Amino acid sequence: MAEAILRMTGIGKEFPGVRALDGVDFRLLPGEVHALMGENGAGKSTLIKVLTGVYSIDSGEIELAGDRVAFTGPLEAQKAGISTVYQEVNLCPNLSVAENVFIGREPRRFGRIRWREMRRRAAELLTRLDLAIDVAKPLSHYSLAIQQMVAIARAIDVDARVLILDEPTSSLDAGEVAQLFRVMRRLKEQGIAILFVSHFLDQIYEIADRMTILRNGRLVGEYVTAELPQVELVGKMIGRELAELERLDERPPARTSDTLVEATELGGRVAPFSLTIREGEVVGLAGLLGSGRTEIARLLFGADHAATGTLRIGGDQVTLRTPRGAMARGVAFCSENRREEGLIPELTVRENLILALQARRGWSRPVPRKKQDELVAKYIKALNIRPDNPEMLIRNLSGGNQQKVLLARWLILEPRLLILDEPTRGIDVGAKAEIQKLVVELSDGGMAVLFISAELDEVLRLSHKVAVLRDRRLVAELPNDDTLTTDVLMETIASGGAK
Amino acid sequence: MKTLALPRQLPGRLPRNYLPVLVTGALFIAMFTAGGIRYEGFATGQIILNVFIDNAFLLVVAVGMTFVILTGGIDLSVGSVVALTTMIAASLLPSTPSFLVILLVLAIGGVLGAAMGAIIHYFEIQPFIVTLAGMFLARGLCYTIGTDSIPINDPTFTAIAQTRIDLAPELWISPTVLIALAVVLVATYTLHYTRLGRNVYAVGGNEQSALLMGLPVARTKIAVYTISGLCSALGGLLLSFYMLSGYGLHAVGMELDAIAAVVIGGTLLTGGSGYLLGTVLGVLVLGLIQTVISFEGTLSSWWTKIVIGLLLLVFILLQRLIVTTGVSRER
Ligand SMILES: Nc1ncnc2c1ncn2[C@@H]1O[C@H](COP(=O)(O)OP(=O)(O)OP(=O)(O)O)[C@@H](O)[C@H]1O
Ligand SMILES: [Mg+2]
Repeated sequence: MAEAILRMTGIGKEFPGVRALDGVDFRLLPGEVHALMGENGAGKSTLIKVLTGVYSIDSGEIELAGDRVAFTGPLEAQKAGISTVYQEVNLCPNLSVAENVFIGREPRRFGRIRWREMRRRAAELLTRLDLAIDVAKPLSHYSLAIQQMVAIARAIDVDARVLILDEPTSSLDAGEVAQLFRVMRRLKEQGIAILFVSHFLDQIYEIADRMTILRNGRLVGEYVTAELPQVELVGKMIGRELAELERLDERPPARTSDTLVEATELGGRVAPFSLTIREGEVVGLAGLLGSGRTEIARLLFGADHAATGTLRIGGDQVTLRTPRGAMARGVAFCSENRREEGLIPELTVRENLILALQARRGWSRPVPRKKQDELVAKYIKALNIRPDNPEMLIRNLSGGNQQKVLLARWLILEPRLLILDEPTRGIDVGAKAEIQKLVVELSDGGMAVLFISAELDEVLRLSHKVAVLRDRRLVAELPNDDTLTTDVLMETIASGGAK
Repeated sequence: MKTLALPRQLPGRLPRNYLPVLVTGALFIAMFTAGGIRYEGFATGQIILNVFIDNAFLLVVAVGMTFVILTGGIDLSVGSVVALTTMIAASLLPSTPSFLVILLVLAIGGVLGAAMGAIIHYFEIQPFIVTLAGMFLARGLCYTIGTDSIPINDPTFTAIAQTRIDLAPELWISPTVLIALAVVLVATYTLHYTRLGRNVYAVGGNEQSALLMGLPVARTKIAVYTISGLCSALGGLLLSFYMLSGYGLHAVGMELDAIAAVVIGGTLLTGGSGYLLGTVLGVLVLGLIQTVISFEGTLSSWWTKIVIGLLLLVFILLQRLIVTTGVSRER
């Protein structure tokens, strides 16, 4: 076996009240893709931040190519040849795409930035990732997925010896992931060591050579991917057998009940579509990124205005102008974009959880503290939010746990229609099963759910019917019977519903 | 390609960021035209040049302020540093060669700025608080030098004060205008063509991201306050050329004029968006308001403040509008 390029030994890191890392050993070989695995809050991102100098380490040592190092920040780590994409997209929304790729190492002549050259090279680099966008536009102009690709482009362009990707695929669709994997394989062949984090087990088995598993900040072990079956991996990650996942496979029976939402030729940023959602029904929305799934959700939530068509909720014809109006009619929307639209980082878990409920009641009638504590305790347990301390600041939670809090915020409302946009993104396998179970329970209790997810098997497992979108157009509505499989769905998406 | 979906082009292919600058430019032209129609002898080139001459020092100070505001910070100390500069210059000039005095005050301004920047960054204290302290400190230092106005009789300073540079018959500027314009040019180049300039925008866009992207955030933040300090000192020198005196009560409230000019010029107070051209236009608009009010004759000069106040409000509302309508995005 080749000499390790990176070796971390006995790494410990403590935050007030949380031991995030406890004596973790880790090594990375040149020319391998190494997956760092673990549940939400296991310490993966912390290990990466400790390595790249974002946090200082409490104990242990780090060796890069045999030399002992202790970086004081990402800049130093970058100079030493460690290129990192952190978990949340960390770019500057106000700068152009080209600048976001190159800032800090812009092409220059006599100290003068060569803008044209920079834009040319950025466009070239993004083409390698199959992304043809206008690189002169500000980054904020583009979706999260494109931003993610830009962050990746930035990281792979430097002459790095070590490339770290913390959940780079969480907001990408299958085509983009394939593109990323192609690039990763090429880099690997050049001898670059790649550290990869993802909660998509399929992706891990496709790309990773070896893996290191963490649990509660402790090292579980280091394994060769091909020698560790998936079930065992999950067992080692969550420390117990995962029976829940299997049980869910029986689809809940379809019911006949009253129509709750009826959209007729409703259109705006999507082509006019018609869709009905009944009480207690789970309707899945399938389609690629940018196919208009989120736009439909935003129309039903009053976040975008309808240009055409009519909408009836609970029998009444309504014109939604604001989300408040939709909320008053019992619609709740859990957005895919938690960082920008969802959480307030300086508030505690409890405050974030209660926020939407409080907003609906009006600020003059505070939710009694006892009720708050009850609700919060219930959902922390139901979604396995960790650490289970309601008074923790939300920004100190791991990415996946933040996502769970956001989800719980809308569940607490017990709406009539719950719109979930990618609710399980960035969430570990165990919690994913919990969330799916919860959705089934809620719909059994009469709640209508519009479920948006890039993972087709998840859509299939939960939905009574699936609406397929392509190019901002609703192309098919399929009842979820025995003949509907992920392959059929995939084909419908690809063919645009034309038989 | 599927990711390339209907680009919603803005009219004229101009980034929406330029909109506030354009509005300020249009406002300036409108004010000038209106003044020309209403008052005899208003619509001359010299009126505009006079605005430059009377506000050269404000322009330089506003340039420094633009750097700071672009990072999302604020510098309240500039007016006091201007006053301190005039005071130090006036008190030293009788006994010290003028070029030494100039170098010394510039150094003092830069060091003060750098110190404030370092405190803001390393102790993570609000820029508002730190520069407020700097404001009191600099103003206080003026009075330790003297409580009265000190006249400047130095030959170099008086020469600069009295020089007129003729551009054409009936059109002239002072050397201070040239200095101010040179500062604007250098600063524009810095902001758009150097790494320091781009880092300023990046820090203003998202400081945490800039850090994780490996940009030198500490250096950038300290640099902008240093630049602001330098600009204030230079502004102070220009003011002493203009006033030929040093006085602890010079430039009271100037920090607010500078901030107003930057904001009217379209730079977002939250940082990350804005152009120096806007700041130049902002200063011109402020100057032109004063000119109009002096032409009006009967209006008290307090009307200047009222108009500036209203303008600020309008511009902040305009920016709000641009920011909120600008968030929709492509996939
Ligand atoms: N700045 C911080 N202050 C306090 N606690 C923190 C901080 N950052 C992380 N933690 C805690 O450290 C633990 C590990 O978090 P980390 O972000 O490393 O998890 P992760 O494995 O990356 O999870 P995920 O899959 O959800 O991204 C969590 O319990 C988290 O709450
Ligand atoms: Mg993480």
